Amino acid sequence: MTTAITVRELTKSYGDLRAVDGVSFDVAEGEVLAILGPNGAGKTTTVEILEGHRSRDGGEVSVLGTDPDHGGPRFRNRIGVVLQAAGVDRELSTREALELYGAAYSSQRPIDELIELVELTDKADDRIVSLSGGQRRRVDLALGLIGNPELIFLDEPTTGFDPRARRRSWDVISNLTSLGSTIVLTTHYLDEAEYLADRVAVMAKGRIVADGTPNELRMSVESDTKIAFDLPRLDEPLVGLLEPLTGQGRGRGRRVEILTPAPTADLAHVTSWAMLRGIELEGLTVESADLEDVYLSLVGEHEDLEDTEVSTDTEVSTATEGVRADG
Amino acid sequence: MAERLGASRAALVVRHIRAQNRIFWRVPIGAFFALFLPVMMLVLFVALFGSDTYTTEYGEVSRAQFYTPALAVFAVASATFTNLAINLSIRRDEGILRRVRGTPLPPWIYLAGVIGSAVYMAVLGTVAVVTLGVVAYGVNIEAAKLPAMLVALVVGATAFATWGVALAALTRTAAAAPAVANAVILPMAFVSNVFVSFEGEAPAWLLLVGDTFPLRHFVISFGEAMSPFSQAPAFLPERLAVLVAWTVVGALVAWRRFRWEPAVGASPTRGRRRN
Ligand SMILES: Nc1ncnc2c1ncn2[C@@H]1O[C@H](COP(=O)(O)OP(=O)(O)O)[C@@H](O)[C@H]1O
Ligand SMILES: [Mg+2]
Repeated sequence: MTTAITVRELTKSYGDLRAVDGVSFDVAEGEVLAILGPNGAGKTTTVEILEGHRSRDGGEVSVLGTDPDHGGPRFRNRIGVVLQAAGVDRELSTREALELYGAAYSSQRPIDELIELVELTDKADDRIVSLSGGQRRRVDLALGLIGNPELIFLDEPTTGFDPRARRRSWDVISNLTSLGSTIVLTTHYLDEAEYLADRVAVMAKGRIVADGTPNELRMSVESDTKIAFDLPRLDEPLVGLLEPLTGQGRGRGRRVEILTPAPTADLAHVTSWAMLRGIELEGLTVESADLEDVYLSLVGEHEDLEDTEVSTDTEVSTATEGVRADG
Repeated sequence: MAERLGASRAALVVRHIRAQNRIFWRVPIGAFFALFLPVMMLVLFVALFGSDTYTTEYGEVSRAQFYTPALAVFAVASATFTNLAINLSIRRDEGILRRVRGTPLPPWIYLAGVIGSAVYMAVLGTVAVVTLGVVAYGVNIEAAKLPAMLVALVVGATAFATWGVALAALTRTAAAAPAVANAVILPMAFVSNVFVSFEGEAPAWLLLVGDTFPLRHFVISFGEAMSPFSQAPAFLPERLAVLVAWTVVGALVAWRRFRWEPAVGASPTRGRRRN
């Protein structure tokens, strides 16, 4: 298989912030890579460097055999870009925008077919200003595909969608993958990465912390067990709970989850800790870890649960930051 | 690049000018300021000041003879300078410019489309004002001086379009662009024979201020070519030279400072116009 993208030791800082901190990966032709990570992980910075939208500080990047810094129109003729945030002339209709932007590409997808693909047939002649947020995102997608790209970048293509719209966009994107396009997409939804991607690179704090097929990632912790329970109070002091554990702990509201390769010992420790303090651990469960647990432990790797309260984050999204008890 | 991409460059420029024109007409407020307002001001000024003669740079002329070229030029400044400063910074903040940079369209073609459309609107505004002046108020126009009118128009529109781009480059966010553009163009108009003639009355320092900036040179170049007292061909090379000098400086500023990316923290503005 030929390589579409090669990235080696890529770095990019904004002032003191190392937004991308030594990232390396490859994308094979025809492959779908998802860069999965919470907000601020450096996903957008990474893909925009690959697209030629931002310059890099260091490292080597080759996209379709070209350095995107010096790609020029010929390079952009071969790629399709859906930026995380980009405007469009809102007084034009979808069809007019596709005609206008399509004219610069050497080959174009038929406009009617494309409008049908993104399910905007009824709205094709309405001004974009009158479309909903989800519909505008599909206009973005159509504009990214108009030039019949060999390689497509999708930066958070479904963020902010309701579940049904997300499903529909997934269908559109998996349609593209079945046509053999190479795709790099970013997302902070684990299920999206799992559904769409051949390979997932998990990114946190500017680094790739895991890279593999969804199955490989799952396997990597298959031996891990998750011990979970509710604390009686949100501000329950955690002194003495996490330090002696073999596994990693993280909190979400009152819920504490411990991912451990040594469930017997850790469970014994947790229960004796609770008994010593006279605490009842409600909803105590012991089960094998799933992909979400892996992800959360990966992206939370650099945080500490010491001294800090258990996170009060009540968000349901998988972007919730985990915390680790190493110590 | 020798390799040909999609349509030819010329075809793409035309396509983008037409798309920008379409967008222009779909936002009525833009058409109001660039086209309707100067026409309305001509009607109002003539109605207010009547048909008495007025002492001007061109001699004793009717009010309509003074205001027609002045407001035609004001329409040009509005359609190029003000509109470009506002529209380009809005398009930058909304991320339209960065979208363009992700396509094979050479960025200069997009800019040429926006500028070309602005110049087209400037020509429409000029034609509207001059036609009204000539047809309704009998303002003087002579075939022999048409070349001078045309040259003044082209040189002046180029200067103001260049500075429209330069101002968009100098303003950090689109929110500031309308205020800055108006804060520049309105005071300039007052010292540049657009609303009042300076002949004989103005203090020397005001004349100096007016002669420093490009608008007065543009107004007088165009007005001279319409004046009943000027000698054909009625070119004013010194004034045109000042306009060219301003164009060169503006082009340098635009070249050095123009950004395609929104400033960090700039939020896309929903409002489309000045004030
Ligand atoms: N243009 C910029 N200037 C300064 N900081 C930036 C800029 N773009 C991104 N950052 C910062 O870099 C980090 C990574 O951002 P980003 O690449 O957008 O991450 P992601 O797409 O994963 O959310 C964040 O902390 C963000 O605030
Ligand atoms: Mg992002």
